[in-house]
Amino acid sequence: MSTPAPTPLIALKKLNVEFGAQRVLTDVNLEIQRGQTVVVIGESGCGKTVLLKLIIGLLRPTAGAVVFDGKILTNLSDRDLTRERLRFGFLFQSSALFDSLTVYDNVAFGLREQRNLKEGEIRGIVRQRLQEVGLSNEVEPKKPAELSGGMKKRVGLARALALNPEVMLYDEPTTGLDPIMTDVINELILLVRQRHPVTSIVVTHEMKTVYKVATRVVMLYPLARLKPGENQILFDGPPEELSNTNDPRVRQFIEGKANERLQEISGAEHSALRNEVAS
Amino acid sequence: MATAGPSAPGPVESLGIVAARAVTLLGDIAIFSVQTLTWMFTRAPAPGTLMPAFYIVGVRSVPVVAITGMFIGMVMAVQMFNQFNALGMATRLGSMINITVVRELGPVLAATMLAGRVGSSMAAELATMRVTEQVDALSCLGAHPLHYLVVPRLLACALLIPLLTVVANFMGIMGGAFICTRLYGVEAHFYWANSAAYVSMWDVGMGCTKAFFFGIAIALIGCHRGLNSQPGAEGVGRSATEAFVASFVAILVLDFFLAIFLLAAHDRFILQGAGRSFL
Repeated sequence: MSTPAPTPLIALKKLNVEFGAQRVLTDVNLEIQRGQTVVVIGESGCGKTVLLKLIIGLLRPTAGAVVFDGKILTNLSDRDLTRERLRFGFLFQSSALFDSLTVYDNVAFGLREQRNLKEGEIRGIVRQRLQEVGLSNEVEPKKPAELSGGMKKRVGLARALALNPEVMLYDEPTTGLDPIMTDVINELILLVRQRHPVTSIVVTHEMKTVYKVATRVVMLYPLARLKPGENQILFDGPPEELSNTNDPRVRQFIEGKANERLQEISGAEHSALRNEVAS
Repeated sequence: MATAGPSAPGPVESLGIVAARAVTLLGDIAIFSVQTLTWMFTRAPAPGTLMPAFYIVGVRSVPVVAITGMFIGMVMAVQMFNQFNALGMATRLGSMINITVVRELGPVLAATMLAGRVGSSMAAELATMRVTEQVDALSCLGAHPLHYLVVPRLLACALLIPLLTVVANFMGIMGGAFICTRLYGVEAHFYWANSAAYVSMWDVGMGCTKAFFFGIAIALIGCHRGLNSQPGAEGVGRSATEAFVASFVAILVLDFFLAIFLLAAHDRFILQGAGRSFL
């Protein structure tokens, strides 16, 4: 007798999102099991960040439902939704550190907001989280404006981890970083997974990140380029299957080739561009 | 063959669109206000949020409000002296200037100045937080943006703008007295005796009551525009401008209705029905 499939931690059911006249997601279905590290890839504007913000309830779907641990997020009251959100950690694309607060206060923010910990306990957790992301005590009194891009990401990660989340959401964690810092962040994502029993969802363009951290890859495609009736999720499987896919659109993305997109540049401009590159 | 695009709306349709937008905006601000007040009365303000808001709204505004108040009083004295002196009533200038300052010009001009200094800066600050995802980060860390960002600013404006109005009134009274008694040689004893005879605590209270409502309007409009900012630098700039313009209009409209209401109350409770108010 086969064992029943485990209940997914996160389930997106026929999710539709529109901003005014602009449709971003149509009939997206996705189930994420506990412990998975799902990397969502796709072109800019295909709705990856929107998907992430729907999962944590920062955006509401136009239709469909986001189910987290058996609860439909759109049915929850403001206070219940806030409580559920504390089970998530979110590393924002721009780090989104509070610029009026120091690094220490940024990392301590979520802990203080819960109002059930003493300052001594908070200090211990903050220092531990900063150490986990490779930052010393010296950064604690600094304001975010004094930090480099990589340091901001690491402080953002420490802040997201402070409340021991069950689910970590990473929104383009390596965008805008140098290759070394990109690798540092990728390693940190792996370390977080080793040290904490988290489910992770990573939105990225970086194929290095995909191959390094993913246990499952989901590729979204922009609605504007999709044929009528096609599923917006072009690929859903383990990263090692990416190279075996027959879909030319998936291959184009993972190989990073412009191909027919160059035709979108008008002929004259295109030839001028090619001449310029050749010279 | 070229297809016809959507035709431009006619004047009536345009007027309808503008009216519908205005009604939607008013409804949105009303819902925002009710939600903010609910947070204010159901949960104590977050630790560490009140003092910075009070400092920025209160302490930092004292110089500009004092200068505004002083020049109101001085200009009134300069403009009125000739007419009153020609009638031999220069000593009555004290009552005229001081009633006008305390009831109307002090509260309205101080509030207008604060709408520019405080309201616009609140809108710009919250709009920047919105576009840099700091508002989303607050939600992810268990803090509700209305509770954490709006409630302290609302309390600061509602409680401190009446006090700042007292400063403006005091400076206006002293400015008017300085011009009349020192430059125009009006007898100080009679100037002050007339002021004391005609300006009552009711007049001062009326001005401060107006300032209380102006403060609420400035905070709610500034925060609403900031939290609903469009993305980008242009969106932030537009939020700040809209906050000032909308606050200024709100101050004038509120001033009109509060003047009618408070004068009716004065008629009923102080003059025992001997006055001639609308209500």
